Amino acid sequence: MRKIFDFHGGIHPPENKLQSLALPIRDAGIPPELVLPLSQHIGAPARPVVTVGERVLKGQMIAEPLGFVSVPVHAPTSGTITAIEERLIAHPSGLSAMCIVIATDGEDEWVTVPPTADYREMPPEHILEHIRDAGIAGMGGAGFPAAVKLATRPGSEVTTLIINGTECEPYITADDILMRERPERIIAGIKILQHLLKPGATLIGVEDNKPEAIAALVAAAQGSSIEIVPFPTKYPSGGEKQLIEILTGKQVPSGGLPLDVGVICHNTGSVVAIHDALCKGRPLISRITTVTGDALRDPGNFEVLLGTPMSYLLVQAGYQADKNHRLVMGGPMMGFTVPDANVPIVKTSNCLLAPTDTELPPPPPAQACIRCGMCEQACPASLLPQQMFWFAQGKEFEKLEQHNLFDCIECGACSWVCPSNIPLVQYYRASKAEILQLRQEHERAEQSRIRFEARQERIERQEAEKVAKRAARKKAAEERAKAAAAGGSGDVDPIQAAIDRAKTKKAAQQAGADTGVSEQEKLEKTVITTRRRLETATAKLTQAQADGSDLVAALQTGVDKTRQKLEAAEKALQALSGSGTPSSGEDPSADPAAAAIARARAARAADAGLSPEEKAREKLKGLEQRLEKTRARLAESRSIGEDQKIVDALASTVIRLEEKVTETREQLDTKAGA
Amino acid sequence: MLELIVQYPLLSALLALVSLGAVFGAVLGFAAVRFKTEGNPIADQVNELLPQTQCGQCGFPGCRPYAEAIANGEAINKCPPGGEAGIQALADLLDLEVIPLDEEHGEEKVKAVAFIREDECIGCTKCIQACPVDAILGAAKQMHTVIASECTGCDLCLEPCPVDCIDMIPQQETLQSWHWPLPDPASREPQIIATDNDQSQDRAA
Repeated sequence: MRKIFDFHGGIHPPENKLQSLALPIRDAGIPPELVLPLSQHIGAPARPVVTVGERVLKGQMIAEPLGFVSVPVHAPTSGTITAIEERLIAHPSGLSAMCIVIATDGEDEWVTVPPTADYREMPPEHILEHIRDAGIAGMGGAGFPAAVKLATRPGSEVTTLIINGTECEPYITADDILMRERPERIIAGIKILQHLLKPGATLIGVEDNKPEAIAALVAAAQGSSIEIVPFPTKYPSGGEKQLIEILTGKQVPSGGLPLDVGVICHNTGSVVAIHDALCKGRPLISRITTVTGDALRDPGNFEVLLGTPMSYLLVQAGYQADKNHRLVMGGPMMGFTVPDANVPIVKTSNCLLAPTDTELPPPPPAQACIRCGMCEQACPASLLPQQMFWFAQGKEFEKLEQHNLFDCIECGACSWVCPSNIPLVQYYRASKAEILQLRQEHERAEQSRIRFEARQERIERQEAEKVAKRAARKKAAEERAKAAAAGGSGDVDPIQAAIDRAKTKKAAQQAGADTGVSEQEKLEKTVITTRRRLETATAKLTQAQADGSDLVAALQTGVDKTRQKLEAAEKALQALSGSGTPSSGEDPSADPAAAAIARARAARAADAGLSPEEKAREKLKGLEQRLEKTRARLAESRSIGEDQKIVDALASTVIRLEEKVTETREQLDTKAGA
Repeated sequence: MLELIVQYPLLSALLALVSLGAVFGAVLGFAAVRFKTEGNPIADQVNELLPQTQCGQCGFPGCRPYAEAIANGEAINKCPPGGEAGIQALADLLDLEVIPLDEEHGEEKVKAVAFIREDECIGCTKCIQACPVDAILGAAKQMHTVIASECTGCDLCLEPCPVDCIDMIPQQETLQSWHWPLPDPASREPQIIATDNDQSQDRAA
């Protein structure tokens, strides 16, 4: 006999299990409509791979997993997809979620199942892939993808594989009846896990209030290394960490996983699903659900297709609607009220409870905490519930975390024992979620901060680049000015540059005209083309005149212009051939440029000759002239009564000029004074 | 020298104290230079607590400047996105009184995400320039769109939009964001006589 350990705390609520054990497992049949939520597990929701109107067969994958911690969804029977839409689901929030709706055809036609290979010859990765592809999520209640749980990290050794047949919560008997009726499938499933994990020991933990189940399992496990361990009934010994402590005496460290103490724990329902997936090629499309409560005439366990509306199931169990005011999914301790009787059964629905008001009365009003300490006595995780209650009320999240709030398994034992009827577990649920949310928000804030800082940096960099460019341009300009000033006394740099430019241009032109013939040829060509154009234009003109078109005038001007061009070209040609050879070197066309250069030089020379004072005086004179002119213009426009805008503009110009004049005069005065 | 010190014991004490002072002063001076703290650590801590929406509702150009201002004594109640919880956290950090949110800078609102009505967008890029976290994608004369996961809901893009095609959509509760609420405080009121409660009367019947 194996040594059994005990865990701290725990309670003994009324079990209420016998009601649903009177009848064997019944088949719930095929409802007219199945609603399959895309997220029936913990992790990312699956993505639909079917379209509305498509016919699907039983066992066909209708939604694929999205990410590592995710599982697919399969069609529980054959039928047609009628919608992929938001539907109410069994969730305490009462919110809707994306669901695939199948109108069943009653034929229950299977998709062709590929022949299953012997798992003993498969590599572990293939077995895990099979389990994942079969859509198996933990069926105990949390719905953690089974394949993820089984994918042990390399280097970690599994000393003990524990199969959880505890089912400690009142009312629920789904695992009990499964162990009674299908022990051989459980054992076969465990053998697959043994093959996969190679554990040192394999234990099935069962509470001693299920003697039939224990007997059936012992009989089925004969000759295997599987050990069935009965232990005293106490709630919540079915909690993973509690069960591990009962069977091995080891405590899973705070915030750790069972694997940290070399244990992997699986539910009996999941084990059967794994067996079905690997030995029969049957994905997870149905489960055993306990339907119980005093508001039912024939409570019992049903083999239910996933997606079956709860109302359909209730009718089969003899539902008396007048006796029942709320429906609970899960047990009375950890379950939650479902928003509507039409929400579907999902992979995690182990129990559907339809209690009467006397059976499960509404919670009495909470009273003040009297610090009796009973919650601390009951807590299976050895926490300090009353202390955490105060912190939760004051939203002191840091202190809650210091008091290991995250080790709370939300079993509800504290609320059950509380003499003041304080819904303690609700405080912890809410606080946990809020802390997680705050963490998420903080992460997002970090992300925003990084993006904001990156943007700031970018803007600064661009600004700096702009400034640098501007500075470089300014420097270059200054240098040019300096160079000009340095060469200002002797030769005039900009003018010289202009001359150089003109010269190079000329040279380039002459390179073409070097032979002398080209210029003439060009002109000849121009004459010919212009003449041709003139001819066509004249022809068009006569045509238009004959037709009496509107375009006559336009065409006439066109003809005139072309004629003028032709004459000019002919003249040029004559001149060119008259002069004999085309002029080289000093071309007459260079004359204006030379003149301009000369003018500029003269101006500069004149400028250079003047003293600054004289320059200023010149400027003043110019300004005064402009001022007078503008004044005259202003007076004129006023007298004519021109547009107000023009008058205003002129007036402002006058003012500006006056200012400039006074300024220049002042400068002149100061200079003279100096 | 030694004789002088022996002669006047007071001198030796004085000398010892002065040399001690000099040595420790030098050590402290060296430490101050060697282990100088870069930046303002309090501003960093405050910045950690601010929601980083970069909305500028506090009157500062972003969360970092406001954090620095708080470190220099600015009031802690000017951040509407942080809300009461933010003020509480800041008060805890700086050991200050919790004060109510300054209404002048806005009210605490449900978190929203900007959404551009895309057929109305004229592609002016003004919102892109206004977005403090680069959460708007687009180019000149091309339609713009908001990267919802990066949007902080700061409202800064609304004002510059010339065609008013940006909506702030309050974030809806999803299954992922939903969580159990704290139990109703009203039900915690001690009710001395339980039968006064309607529900319990029903039950008794």
